Order: sequence, then structure tokens, then C-alpha cells
Amino acid sequence: MKLRSILATDCGSTTTKAILIEFVDGEYRLTYRGEAPTTVEAPFEDVTRGVLNATMEIEELSGRKILEGENIITPQKKNIGVDIYISTSSAGGGLQMMVAGVVKSMTGESAERAALGAGSIVMDVLASNDGRKPHEKITRIRQLRPDMILLSGGIDGGTTKHVVELAEILAAANPQPRLGQNYKLPVIYAGNKEAISDIKKTLGDLTDLDVTDNIRPVLEQENLKPSRDKIHDLFMEHVMQQAPGYKKLMSWTDAPIMPTPGAVGALIEMVAKKENISVVGVDIGGATTDIFSVFQDQFNRTVSANLGMSYSICNVLAESSLPNVLRWVPFDIDEKELTNRIGNKMIRPTTVPQSLEELVIEQAIAREALRLSFIQHKAFAVNLKGVQKERTISDAFEQSDSGESLVDMMELDLIIGSGGVLSHAPRRGQSTKMLIDSFLPEGVTSLAVDSIFMMPQLGVMANIENKEIAEQARVAALEVFEKDCLIRLGTCIAPVGKLIEGVSILNVVLEFENGEKKNVDINFGDLIRIKVGYEKVEATLTPIKGVNVGAGLGQQINTTIYGGQVGIIIDARGRPLKIKQSSSERISDLKKWSDALNEYPELGK
Amino acid sequence: MAHSYTPGLKVLKNTEILKERRLPLKGSVNALVGDDVSPESVIAKTDLPGNVQMVNVANQLNVDASDVEAVMIASEGSQISKNELIAETNGIFGYFKSQVHSPVDGTVESISNITGQVVIREAPIPVAVDAYIKGVVHEVIHNEGVVIKSYGSFVQGIFGIGGESRGSIKMLSETRDSEISAEMINSELQGLIVVGGSFISLEAYKKALKCKVAGVVVGGFNYYDLEEILGYTLGVAITGSEDLITSLIVTEGYGKIQMGQQTFDLLRDNSGRLASINGATQIRAGVIRPEIIIPNNTSREENSARDAKKTSGMIEGSLVRVIRSPNFGAIGVVKELPAELRQMESETMVRVAIIKIDNKLFEIPRSNLEVVETD
Repeated sequence: MKLRSILATDCGSTTTKAILIEFVDGEYRLTYRGEAPTTVEAPFEDVTRGVLNATMEIEELSGRKILEGENIITPQKKNIGVDIYISTSSAGGGLQMMVAGVVKSMTGESAERAALGAGSIVMDVLASNDGRKPHEKITRIRQLRPDMILLSGGIDGGTTKHVVELAEILAAANPQPRLGQNYKLPVIYAGNKEAISDIKKTLGDLTDLDVTDNIRPVLEQENLKPSRDKIHDLFMEHVMQQAPGYKKLMSWTDAPIMPTPGAVGALIEMVAKKENISVVGVDIGGATTDIFSVFQDQFNRTVSANLGMSYSICNVLAESSLPNVLRWVPFDIDEKELTNRIGNKMIRPTTVPQSLEELVIEQAIAREALRLSFIQHKAFAVNLKGVQKERTISDAFEQSDSGESLVDMMELDLIIGSGGVLSHAPRRGQSTKMLIDSFLPEGVTSLAVDSIFMMPQLGVMANIENKEIAEQARVAALEVFEKDCLIRLGTCIAPVGKLIEGVSILNVVLEFENGEKKNVDINFGDLIRIKVGYEKVEATLTPIKGVNVGAGLGQQINTTIYGGQVGIIIDARGRPLKIKQSSSERISDLKKWSDALNEYPELGK
Repeated sequence: MAHSYTPGLKVLKNTEILKERRLPLKGSVNALVGDDVSPESVIAKTDLPGNVQMVNVANQLNVDASDVEAVMIASEGSQISKNELIAETNGIFGYFKSQVHSPVDGTVESISNITGQVVIREAPIPVAVDAYIKGVVHEVIHNEGVVIKSYGSFVQGIFGIGGESRGSIKMLSETRDSEISAEMINSELQGLIVVGGSFISLEAYKKALKCKVAGVVVGGFNYYDLEEILGYTLGVAITGSEDLITSLIVTEGYGKIQMGQQTFDLLRDNSGRLASINGATQIRAGVIRPEIIIPNNTSREENSARDAKKTSGMIEGSLVRVIRSPNFGAIGVVKELPAELRQMESETMVRVAIIKIDNKLFEIPRSNLEVVETD
């Protein structure tokens, strides 16, 4: 079957977004999009209503008939209907899980990685050595009421006692599922296979127990895929079945519904693999910030559950502190009034900044939310802990250990931003600057934003298992990702090392497609933009001794980079970025940097 | 006519109120459909499973987990008291016995021969749910609770702290822009729900706590003062479980903001009447707003006409409140709802409404407006 048209929806907590992808002139392109409020809650309590409304908007815009009554017409016949329909979902709070492992930093962390990778929110990690007494763990399990529990612990053939102890704690707590009192809580066991019969004896009657391969069969190896797949299966079989209207929605889709972040992760992982690059993706929402990364072929996802731009905006303020937010604001403001304003955004989360001053404040908070989320991500995306390494005498001086962060900013090739504050910033220079200020890329890094947050739909599209259409859907997902999803902002070049005030630290020679050349000397402290659209630029970067721009200290690089809607940004402000303490100096620097990217041209006029 | 859906806070003089009262776990319901209930009437009861203590007998007696059953004196299902002997080794020739005593009163729930742990469950914890408001049992949810129906005034606040409370309404402010000061609070207000205008200071609220005032309803409060009351920085607006004698309901937002005219007038009209209030707030999907319920004695027939008048969104002529600066807190009337996007000072392109406030026209993003739902 030739895939000609795909309808894909993402049922979010507040909005259901539909996109129509069509095969036009030999390529797959996004042609129309529609959205409508999600209808999981009263008075509708049926998710399909929102899906139909969003699809109707596409029908109106495209003039194409897709619905027959309350059904999606598949496959396409002439110009009516679509070939396939797929969906992701994070409505009703997404998938909320608890995970358990024997050692917190080993099987506990592997279980957390598996659950996050599958797209869930991890409410708590229980471990034998987490410092809590059994009754405290039991109280916690009862309070949380997760959708699902992933229990792991022990390597195959190792001691079974500790993991069975965890199972006994679960049994004593007799956890109840979040949605409804009429079914048993799904529990996945992915631990020492020797303990399977004891686990079944302990939890078999009380819970809906499912057993899969050990997440950590040996200390040196993590085996996350079976657990991730099982989480997806149970998400469909149990959790989705309880959510209003999902049974009907599941009967409509041509591929299993995926949790939204799981689909985004799958897409980012695929892009990184195909291009052989390191990627960081971020989705900053109202309540949470998700960060995805692929470094050294290893995928990681973290959810900073209470760092977001509306529902949890006050938590950003609490965690980062007011001075850290204010350091990004290029004007003086009464601090008490500012905290009340931020508090008001929390309790009226749907409001938008009308004045420029309010926009600047929101973007200052976004920088802190992104910065804090990335710190959490770097701490989580690490090598396996507890693995013994053979050391030689030369390693003794390096002090590198198991548990080292995989995130290497110099190695990073691409940052993709999404979420309202990044995707819908009035000026692309604002999104670019927010990404640079909070992620502080080093060396040469491309920057992009997801235009309308369609990564979830493309993710589920790229993961269709039906062999007849899987390859075409994957190609379609990647084509649309390249051509319609990403808005290329440009490339950031950031030298690091011993940077001395007032000294030229980098020479940049750029050769554009039209043959023009540009030669720039960069001083420490400079932030410069070179306007160039999304085209190939040959760059020769020559740092001085003691400064690194990607190839090592003092080493020249010849590379191909791309411009974008903002252009090429050379950030020689140093890493870490130091912002001056004195209010007047700080404001003067912020204005200078802001002007370089034409961020807020009207501010102060 | 142009139309936009922007849910607002309800300020209803006379409406049908349905309140679901549900147990945290299944239990027994003590009410029948049609029963008259008062706020204190207990309508359902259950027992929450008792706390669990885990005792590792194998470790304490230094025996193999598989031998634990042999050393147990208490068996599965047996009732035991605190300090009662539950396990003992044979010792050597009957001497040097090692013993384990129960740390709590309870029941032996399980004995594990894999881990050597003994699970002791303490007595169940009884939980009762009251009716919260005066009314009639409208529906019984089998083994879980009831739905209570009542008629009366219903006001939603924007944010609150503290759980359910009740008391008679007492106006402390003459006008909706005046503040409640500490001097205005005294012990005569114990058990009452006091209503102010634009603001209550931290000092005044602390005095209300001291004087055991049942609740405070006011236009604004300082966000940064919450920390001193709660003992932590409020990061996300999920409240209601705080152990506070005085529930606080803020009707407009953080800062000094005069209470909406409709809200103030409605509360003043109900001065002296018994109200049930709840400060619980949850601003997430499945939003919960703090509420003030003042039941009256009218019947369904008298209210049916009013129910039909409920607004379904913002239309030309709607009364709206501005919920973000500039003009935060101002109330105006929608004059026009242009279809096209307009550019704001922030350069954000948004759908706007043209609002008349004090005879002047303002262009304000629709998402920064809230319909004042009145009847």
C-alpha cells in the first residue's frame, strides 16, 4: 500500500492537536493543522470529542472530507479520508509511575531510566538503601497511587532476598491504582530471574503482575527495551482503558497510542542515529520540562516535574531564587511586586504577557527553568554506576569514574527547543538567546525550535510496526521533521578556555554560498551575530593558545555550518557565563547582548 | 455574534449546588436519597487499613529466613499487643534464648520464609465523611458516598489555603477597596467567616489564626507572605491539606486588589448567614477552586429559571475581569471580539477583546480576561 495521507493527533492535557501529512510532488509534507480543547474531563468525558473537533478544523481548512459522522474514514478513497490515523496522549496527567530497585544508584536508576524513556512521570524511586524505614515506604506508596509500578533489583543469579523484601513492602502497602477502584494495579517485574517465583507468590494475587527480562542482567549491562515495551503495552491495556473515551480512540488508530514524551524521545533517538549526531531536545511546558538527549548513542530523558512556565512557575522562582531570575532582567523592578506578579501567573496559568516588560520577565524565568532542568538532566544522564573498571597507571590521574555524565557540551551538535515560550516567542532572536543562555553550548552547535510541537505525532509515526507501511511512515516522519517541523535558528560558536578580558581569542573566517567571505576577530566578552539564512557556510575557526572551539586547545577547525532565521552567533562570553554583580554593569551587559540578537528592540524606547 | 470560551469564576446569587462527598476507600454509606442533612451530619464511614510495621525476625534472631516460621510464637492472623513476645529461639539447653517483641499493637499479617520479615498491621483507622453543606441527599454512590443537593449562593475564589470550614458571615470592610488590619481582628470573631475588601496583611491573618476565626475571604494577599504561614515556598498551587484553623480565600489574586463588585455585594447581602467554605485549590488539569457556599431555603422551582441563564462563554456584552497587568483586577464590558489576531506591545500576536472600563476602551488579549459568571 502506498501511503498517501496520514492524520495524526496528540491529545494533551489541555489541547488536542491534529496534523495532516500528505504525499505531495514526490515528498511528504505537513499540509494542514487544527486544534481543539481536550475533552477528557467533565462535561464531555470522552477524548474522541476533542479529536473529532480538531479533525473538523482540518476538514474546514483543507476542504477534504475526513470524517463520516463520528468516524475517521480510512483508507483514503480518491480525495476522501486518510490512509492511516495515529495518536499520542498525555491527557489526564500522562502516565504516572513508581519504580523500585535494590540499590538506588544502580537498579533503581536503571528502572527510572526505563520508565522515563517510555514516557512516564516517575513519582518516586523506592530502593532498599534509600534511607527510609519500611513503614515510611509503605505510607509513601499508599499516598501516591501510581498508574503502574516497575520493580527491579539484583543481577541474574545474584541474591534474591532484597528484591523480595521490596515486593513484600509493596504487598503490605496494597497499592491502589490512580484511576478507578475496580481493577488491580499493574506491576512489572524486571529483576533477578531467580526471584520470579517468590515475586509471583508475594504479588501475584494482590496486583496485576507481569514479568519481563531483567533490566540489569549483569552489572555492566542495562537492558531497558523489554521493560519500556512492557510499559507501553500495559499503558494501552490498563491505564488507557480507564481514561474516558480511550477505548474508542484505540479502536480508531492504526498503531498503538504512545505516551506523548515517549513518542518525542523515540523521534529524537531516531534522528540522532540517522545523522550520527549528539542531540539535546527540550520541551518546556506549563507544569513540567522534559529534556531528551542522545550522547554516545545512549538515549536519556528526564522530566523536571515542577519546573514549568505557568502551573509551576513559582517553583522555578523557589528553586532558582529571585536574584537568579532577576540577573536576566535588563531593568530595575520592585522585588516584592515581581513575586506577586509571578504568583498571579501561577493561579491564572493561561494568561499571556501583554506588555514587553512582562514578556522579558517570563523569558527570564524560562532561562532559569531550562537551566535547572538541564542540571537535573546532566546528573541523570550518566554512565552505568557500580561498574568496575580496569585501570592503568595513567587513569589514576584522570579520576574519571563510573557514573560520569554523558552530556558533553563540546560534543553536542544540535539543540531543539519546543514548548510555548520557545516556539511562540515573538522574535526568533529571543528563542535563540534563551537556548544559549540556559544550555551554554560549547564549540559549534546548531539551534532549532519545533514550529508547532509536532514531534509527538512524528514520533509515533516513525514507530509504526505494521511492516507494510512502517518504512514509508518512517520516511514521512523524517521528511516532515526536516522540512516542516524544525525552524532552523542558526549555529552558535562558543570558544571556551582561558579567556582574558580585552584580548582577541578567536579568528573566524566564513565563506558563504555566494562566494563572499567574512573575517572576524572575536574578543572575550563579545556576543556577535552574523546574519545569514539557512544555507551552507564554510567556517575556519582559529582559537588562540589555551582556547578550545571543538578540536582541542589552540586547534583550528574547518567545518561546514548553517545559518538560519537568526544566523551565526559567536558567543565569547565564556563558560560558565559570569554575570556582573553590580546592577548598572549587569544591565549594560544585558542590553549589549540583547541588541546583538535584536532581542527586544523596543525595550526602553 | 462573536463568541469566545473563557471560563471564569462563578459568583452566583441563587443556584443549584451539587456536592459529591466520597470516601477515600469503599465503606458504608449512612444516608438515603431524600434525607435532610446538616453540615455536621456524618454520611459515610470506612476504616483505612492500619499502619504497617515490618520486623526482620531472621536478622534479629540471627537465624536463616527459612527457619523463621519455626521460631515464631505468634502465627499469621493472630492479634498481638505492644511488647508481646512474637518469636524466640530455642537457645542452648533452654538458656540464652533470643527474643523478638512486637513494636506495636496489631495483627500478624504475614511471615516470610524468603526474607525473614514479619509484617504486623496496626488497627484500622476510622474515617468519617460529613455532609459539609446543608441540603438533601440527591444520590447515593454505592459504598462510596453521596451527592448532596442544595440551593443558595455560590462564590469561587481564585486561590485559597486551609480545608473545609463553616461559620456565619461577618463583613469587616465597608468598601471593597479597604484592607483588613490586625486591629480589626479580635476574639469576638472566633468561629466566624470574615469578609474584607482588597487585602489582608500577614499580621492580620496571623491574628485571625490566634483568635480562631473560621475563615477569611478577601481580594488579595501577598504571595511572599504565604511562606511564613505554610512553612515552605508554595511552588505549585495545590492546597487544602494545610492544618489551619482559619481558611483563607483570595478572590482576585496576589497583591492589593479590590474585591469584585458582584462578589463583595453578594457576600454583604448574605451577612449573618451560615456558610460552608473550602480553601482547597488545585490549578492543574481538573482544576479545583476555593469556594464559599451559602445555602438558603428555596426550592428547585424557584431556581429553575435562573439555572437556564448560565453563561457559556465570552460574548459581546459579557462582564469580564482583567486578570493580568496592565489593568489587572479591573472589571469591564466586552464591546467587540475581533476575529483577526492583533499585535500586543510584547509583539505577541493574540486574539483580543475590546473592553470598556470606566468609559475608556482597551484592547486586551482574550486569555487575559475572565468572564464573571453571575446570575
